[in-house]
Amino acid sequence: MTTSDSLVQMPGDRSQRTTLHDAVIRFSGDSGDGMQLTGTQFTQTAARLGNDTSTFPDFPAEIRAPAGTTFGVSGFQIHFSDHRIYTPGDHPDVLVAMNPAALKVNLPDLKPSGILILNEDAFTANNLEKAGYTSNPLEDGSLTAYRSFSIHITTQVEKIQSEGSKLSFKEIGRTKNFWTLGLIYYLYSRPLEPTLEFIDAKFRQGELADANRRALKAGYLYGEVAELFQETYEVRSAQLQPGTYRNVTGNQATAWGAIAAAEQAGVPLFYGSYPITPASDVLHELSRHKSLGVRTMQAEDEIAAVTASIGASFGGMLALTGSSGPGIALKTEGLGLAVSAELPLVVLNVQRGGPSTGLPTKTEQADLLQAIYGRNGECPIPVLAAATPSDCFRMMVESFRIALKYMTPVILLTDGYLANGSEPWRLPEENDLPKIEARFAEPSPDFHPFLRDPDTLARVWPLPGRAGLEHRIGGLEKNHDSGHISYDPDNHERMIQVRQTKVDRVAHDGARTEIFGPRNGKVLLLGWGSTYGAIRQAVHVLREQGREVSHAHVRHLNPLPADLGDVLAGFEQVLVPEMNLGQLRMLVRANYLVPAQGLSKVKGKPFAVEEIVQHVQKMENDA
Amino acid sequence: MSATTLTKKDFATNQEVRWCPGCGDYAILAAVQRVMPKLGARRENTVFVSGIGCSSRFPYYMNTFGFHTIHGRAPAVATGLKIANPELDVWVVTGDGDGLSIGGNHLLHALRRNVGLKILLFNNRIYGLTKGQYSPTSEAGKKTKSTPFGSIDAPFNPVTLALGANASFVARAFDRDPKNLERVLERAARHKGSAFVEIFQNCNVFNDGAFDGFTDKKVRSEQQVWVEHGKPLRFGKDGEKGIVLGEAPGFEPRVVTAGVDAPDEDLLVHDERQPNGILASILGSMTPPLAPMAMGVLRDFERTTFEDGVLDQVDHAPNGAGRSIHELIRAGDTWTVE
Repeated sequence: MTTSDSLVQMPGDRSQRTTLHDAVIRFSGDSGDGMQLTGTQFTQTAARLGNDTSTFPDFPAEIRAPAGTTFGVSGFQIHFSDHRIYTPGDHPDVLVAMNPAALKVNLPDLKPSGILILNEDAFTANNLEKAGYTSNPLEDGSLTAYRSFSIHITTQVEKIQSEGSKLSFKEIGRTKNFWTLGLIYYLYSRPLEPTLEFIDAKFRQGELADANRRALKAGYLYGEVAELFQETYEVRSAQLQPGTYRNVTGNQATAWGAIAAAEQAGVPLFYGSYPITPASDVLHELSRHKSLGVRTMQAEDEIAAVTASIGASFGGMLALTGSSGPGIALKTEGLGLAVSAELPLVVLNVQRGGPSTGLPTKTEQADLLQAIYGRNGECPIPVLAAATPSDCFRMMVESFRIALKYMTPVILLTDGYLANGSEPWRLPEENDLPKIEARFAEPSPDFHPFLRDPDTLARVWPLPGRAGLEHRIGGLEKNHDSGHISYDPDNHERMIQVRQTKVDRVAHDGARTEIFGPRNGKVLLLGWGSTYGAIRQAVHVLREQGREVSHAHVRHLNPLPADLGDVLAGFEQVLVPEMNLGQLRMLVRANYLVPAQGLSKVKGKPFAVEEIVQHVQKMENDA
Repeated sequence: MSATTLTKKDFATNQEVRWCPGCGDYAILAAVQRVMPKLGARRENTVFVSGIGCSSRFPYYMNTFGFHTIHGRAPAVATGLKIANPELDVWVVTGDGDGLSIGGNHLLHALRRNVGLKILLFNNRIYGLTKGQYSPTSEAGKKTKSTPFGSIDAPFNPVTLALGANASFVARAFDRDPKNLERVLERAARHKGSAFVEIFQNCNVFNDGAFDGFTDKKVRSEQQVWVEHGKPLRFGKDGEKGIVLGEAPGFEPRVVTAGVDAPDEDLLVHDERQPNGILASILGSMTPPLAPMAMGVLRDFERTTFEDGVLDQVDHAPNGAGRSIHELIRAGDTWTVE
């Protein structure tokens, strides 16, 4: 190893260094090029430096699509800053494209005169053709609007490996992602230690670890020695709220929220699930934590996943089942049973593009009406939605709080964007978590399975194994107290009403509309779920322009927060940006008779801030 | 509290039983209620889980815990319940439509996992509650409301299906022989792991006499063989008949007159504990009138149960990332903002 140690401890620098408030980088390449790893490493380093971060991994449904094709392109975008940010950014300042297909797919998003880093070795005639280029963009002048740096990255990593290396040509070639990461670290004045530590931990010792370390350092050194860049950049740490932080993805936070809820309730967690994109990581994460009492079951299908969860709940566990749209559709009948039997259960839907198999790896929020209404009969279920990756933790805890307090299934909506996206998370302290109470029934002379709490209307939770609590329940309509089958018309109406009223009462139990900006004004942007960040940033931009615009966000979708009607009344116009064709807009119109307008985007991609900003500007100009 | 001796009556509820008069389900209910005290079962520790169909009304008539779930899903619900509380005695009551058609997948996977469930499949070879369509065990050619020109489906054999899923306990009984039914139920209850019992049950409204060919008293001794571990298979009026396995490859059971067609030592001897279950499959495949219907315990083989496996992992999983959620979320890459 000839690289000097001084490199690792921030080298001296000959280029001019400019301080920026924030920057957006997109790493893109073939799905086997390791771009997700590269992006995650950059994120961890940024987080360690105290930047605020927001990320957007975007990858194809195919595990390894044919190399070099546009549909096999995998991307990872990171936005990092010295202030609070809410989105991964609309347009990258820097685009890394490891092959022509990645360039083709991602170039339209790059900022004018943005930095373009290309692996020239991959721009072969064959790859150009596969990407659909008729001429080589490196030579035909089509990249002159950008600051383009075309480097023989593959050649570089081959050169630096020691002679007599036992690594194959292919293995050496794979280190080019670390080389590129090193180069970008140089460009943004980042230290290498966090990634070197990662390589130590991930690859342990051996030639592969050495090769990756060498590639990372070589990339950095190349930036410095080759004097490619006229200037380098620095993004200082952000003023974040004091506390202990970590980086977290939505799926991680979701899984941890369930473990936290189980701990708060003092009831062990059951997770029944069937593998499905993009929800499988929740199953993977929970399966790792059996030492915390988590019992997971990879069921034979989605229906077994929900019904086994119902069985576990009947037996006294804190039950969770998770899936994405197609799987939720299969669970529908089971949800009806949980409503009818009034058993606590949380159902996680990590939404993806639909209908049917749709766009498995892309994001959408088009399952809202399915969650609220998609069952036979009058079948009310509280529906909640998380706003950001770390918010998934809090909303999972909240879902279980409601499920146990009201003895009801609860649906928690996240989506692919939240699930795979990440942000720094200020870790909650032990007493930050709400108390969650599991109230198991005690035997009494007047016990029956539908004894209700007069305030919440929750029925008791009588566990098998306790003498004196023997009872029979099921999906047939039940007598309002004994639980025996009842076909009595008045009893049926009474049971329908009580199940509905029970869910309606959740509206008055701490759910509040979150408001950014004044409570009165011209335009209210109302959002739910993962559009939170884009709407918040857009409203920030619009307010800077002097417009009377506020942002309202709801996390409780069914029932809607009790204060929402008053909030809506404070504005001349209401605009609901959604990644669907207007589902919350329809609910708002129906519930409040407010002529809310919609802004729809269903491209499998989150909103760009500018899309919302421009729409509001146009709305106001037209008014 | 379990010192009190319970009787059959203690397991009956005050619910009016709503099966058709003459239905085979009555006899099965009575047999189950009689077996419970013999097993020393405690009401509070017993749960009956069912799906949808005539048989699935069963839990309402048992004074234990009961869960009447949705069509076909009882094995999955019961699996979750058994994971939640492995101490419970969990019985699943299902039918040929519920268990083999809409819920076939769950049944197979419960058996494959060896979840400690006692699964009673009431096989009447017809859909009763929906008023008479053919079921997955109906014979080919059967004319029903939905098959006016005869069914073109080949039927399942529930027992060989269960054995194909490596069920660790498989048995057969029928409604009109309560004594042997009770013996089988008792054995099933005492088996650790999945116990699958096919119970031939007469639907006197939509498929009356479906099993008369081997359950009618007049033909029973000729058309059934009661299998017992370690004993040669003998049947016939005076036990004069036996089974031998045919010429190579030796899988074809052949009816012989003992001592005449074959010496006694050549008669097939039952081994319910055979690890690979091949003998049980051969016995389970026998179909009258070519060979007698094998009744009793075809297989009883011990292997690790699913719930034990789940709890074993929970008890012994490495304590990698901390002992609480607060330790877990602080494990790994964290930083502090002052």
